[in-house]
Amino acid sequence: MHRFANPNFFLRLTARILPWCALATAAAFIAGLYLALGVSPPDYQQGESVRIMYVHVPSAWMALSVYSFVAAASAVALIWKHPLADLAAKAAAPIGAGFTLIALVTGALWGQPSWGTWWVWDARLTSMLVLFFLYLGYIALVNAFDDPIRGAKAGAVLALVGFVNIPIIKFSVDWWNTLHQPASITRIGAPAIHSSMLTPLILMALAFAGYFVCVLILRVRSEIAGRKIRALRIIQAQG
Amino acid sequence: MNRFTLIVARDLRLALRRGADSTMVVAFFVLTVVLFPLGVGPDTAILARIGPGVIWVTALLASMLSLERLFQADFEDGNLDLLVLGSLPLEAVVLAKSLAHWLTTGMLLIVAAPVLALLLNMSAEGFGALVLAMLLGTPSLTLIGAVGAALTVGARRGGALLSLLVLPLYVPVLIFGVGAVDAAISGMAMRPHFLILGALLAGTLVLAPLAGAAALRQAVQ
Repeated sequence: MHRFANPNFFLRLTARILPWCALATAAAFIAGLYLALGVSPPDYQQGESVRIMYVHVPSAWMALSVYSFVAAASAVALIWKHPLADLAAKAAAPIGAGFTLIALVTGALWGQPSWGTWWVWDARLTSMLVLFFLYLGYIALVNAFDDPIRGAKAGAVLALVGFVNIPIIKFSVDWWNTLHQPASITRIGAPAIHSSMLTPLILMALAFAGYFVCVLILRVRSEIAGRKIRALRIIQAQG
Repeated sequence: MNRFTLIVARDLRLALRRGADSTMVVAFFVLTVVLFPLGVGPDTAILARIGPGVIWVTALLASMLSLERLFQADFEDGNLDLLVLGSLPLEAVVLAKSLAHWLTTGMLLIVAAPVLALLLNMSAEGFGALVLAMLLGTPSLTLIGAVGAALTVGARRGGALLSLLVLPLYVPVLIFGVGAVDAAISGMAMRPHFLILGALLAGTLVLAPLAGAAALRQAVQ
């Protein structure tokens, strides 16, 4: 793993990977969107609005996976002082916050036609909203210090604290929801999903994951460039 | 006296001599709760219904007020460096400072809460549960807040940042704290709420000093 800690090795490796990653992402997006918007059947109850699912569900998946990624990268950064893990965690967080926002907004857009309301204090929606605030707190903390390295370290501790808390928050929101809210919403998705819908969903999930990897690589590369410029400026100022 | 109690005693003495901090927290707590009837209207039934939630949410905000200074003051005058270098483990330092903070804010909130519950016309069955739930819940708030305070040491615009970090993590305490009072009022079982509040406290008592000490070590490097 320490071989990958060398930023120059990372830059060379990702320069090779990036075009292929972008190509695969584009292909998955084209195929996924074609199947999702054109080929897959409308829902017998919800009609065409079910197609929001092909954006909503993958982004919700990504919102959670990216937070796990941030926490894992933070743990690596704290335990092994891995110089790239810090950058990866910092670079991934805004992408994850974006996915969370997309999941929340598409959820509201989907809720309006199928439940008749933009927002309900459903357990899943509420814990998604809390996750969004956790992302915002992380991003704010990382950028709150004059020294970026100090920010990254504080952020790493916070990401791990948040990661321990996510299951507790999820559990308590579930509990709160069963106490407070009458069961007014019967969720769809109880019957097994048909393959004509599952295939585009998986393709879209792959496209989202590929998009995350591509943008992450780009962001880490620009972070490395930013650190190099900073180091050069400091040398210049001292010299 | 050992070093742990010395730190607690020092922080208590500082808080007593600078009394304004603690009184401000209680004043904020009382004033904010008093604003609710003015905003929602004087209907006693509505106030009784939202009372437990209002008191808990306001207690969360009030307990956060003085957190910003918890480590920042020591950081600015150099005490924090000595505490980090000292022979007492940093985890114990975080615990001692959290204990002193709780004694000077959390305890006062617990004393003020029943009076506010009266003002909000909360039903009498809930009073005991409110005090007990706050006894179990406010130490968790202080401990979680201490992690946030340790993380924001030396940060720009620490106060607003601290609330963004800490408030999402307060959600479980809020839910079960209000749940206990609501259960007491409606005559349902309170025990599970208290057990979970106790579990949250036991968990934060172990994990928060670890995370707080890790954050402080990054701060003084």
